Amino acid sequence: MRATESLSRRLLDSSVYRSIVRHGTADTNRNRSLVVFENLFLHVHPVKVREKTLRFRHTYWLGGISLACALVLIATGILLMFYYHPSVPQAYRDMKELSFVVDNGMFLRNMHRWAAHLMVFASFLHMLRVFFHRAYRPPRQFNWVIGVVLLIVTLLLSYTGYLLPWDQLAFWGVSVGTNMAKEAPLLGEKVRFLLLGGNIVSENALLRFYVLHCVVLPVGLLLLLSVHIWRVRKDGGVQGPPEEPSGREEVQ
Amino acid sequence: MSSVPPLDVVESADPLAMPRRVALVRPDIRPAVRTTEEPYVMTFPNLIVREVILFQLVVIGLSLAAMLFDAPLEGIANPLETPNPAKAPWYFLGLQALLHYFPPVVAGVLMPFLVVVALVVIPYARINLSAQPLWKGADTLRAAALAASTGGLIALFAAFRCWPIVVPTLAVAVAMFAARGGERGGALRRTLARVTLPEWIMFWFTVVAGILTVVGTFFRGPGWSFVWPWAAGTAG
Repeated sequence: MRATESLSRRLLDSSVYRSIVRHGTADTNRNRSLVVFENLFLHVHPVKVREKTLRFRHTYWLGGISLACALVLIATGILLMFYYHPSVPQAYRDMKELSFVVDNGMFLRNMHRWAAHLMVFASFLHMLRVFFHRAYRPPRQFNWVIGVVLLIVTLLLSYTGYLLPWDQLAFWGVSVGTNMAKEAPLLGEKVRFLLLGGNIVSENALLRFYVLHCVVLPVGLLLLLSVHIWRVRKDGGVQGPPEEPSGREEVQ
Repeated sequence: MSSVPPLDVVESADPLAMPRRVALVRPDIRPAVRTTEEPYVMTFPNLIVREVILFQLVVIGLSLAAMLFDAPLEGIANPLETPNPAKAPWYFLGLQALLHYFPPVVAGVLMPFLVVVALVVIPYARINLSAQPLWKGADTLRAAALAASTGGLIALFAAFRCWPIVVPTLAVAVAMFAARGGERGGALRRTLARVTLPEWIMFWFTVVAGILTVVGTFFRGPGWSFVWPWAAGTAG
């Protein structure tokens, strides 16, 4: 025990490790601060946070659950891309390959699917939470608008992914949806044609949905997500339930 | 101090009428700023560790779901064979249900457009920012206007025979009017009395969307007819 401790100590204190992680062990508040602001990913956080924002009922962690789902979806999505061809009928055959040939292929696809459902659901609950806590009030107005756009992008991601297995469920689910777009006045038909690359859901539509699903929408989501989270920090951290003023200003 | 004229403190709950807190400091006054003794904690480890645990819980939960339940996969897409019913994914089933009751332009374009616009304007609408309870003060006029508009809404949905919307709308309207004068009632009525109009609307929207989604998922069969979920061959 003593030996492993001293080994880990020597590793953590070695000049190589310290060249990667510049701060020492986080046993002082100074080093705990350094953990946050010397890290590209953690520095969206301030060094200190209000204690009550950590409470469960403050946010129900719904935004965090949505973000966790997004990360799981990116990881599983990239792995699924290794096994997928956006063409007819190979797309459907790839689903069968995933089920019966690829190691853990079914697990990957299941995980991607359930994470997608959870992300839509958690994002919607997150929106309700923010609304009923009135956390959209100044200065957070525009972040609410970004959130609405993010919800729409999430729905579009889920919807474009729905077509990719190229089974009956996918084909008719997307047919029902894109027939709705046709009804929009003036641009409806043209938008639908642009989206599908034709007048019916076909191989062109599969390729377009694939590109939207794997490139355009994820990039858009990540950009908006970065702005969304960055603005949370700029606006003073997560806003929980409305607070009653604790006391009146005294003017003596 | 008697020579100092009284200081006018303008108090307003309306943030638009009084967008910034203005402090008037005169040489003979010492202003005491409201101090909130808010405890702060270090982000690392308090927040970071919680975030990591949350991420792990989500991954564990999803892994369990992925091991227990397989994602659906039907036969290969066949444009010549239309399944009945052809259902959209669950988050669009509310929309698809609307399509069953209303003309396509209304259900597929107008209503989603209105929902998005309504969501976007929330933080800019005065009624949201002032956050006054719906029933407050002299509200006879407001009650009449609300009775007329909810009545009109219910009549409109009833005209399209859209019962899955009529019933929850009626229920929410009853709750909304039951909250009137509820400050003197029991605990539930006191809570309801504090609800603002936008909150009632959002609550109504959520209930209607939820009911349409559940009905669409479990209770709709061939030709969008009503079926019981345990009846054979209706798995959505």
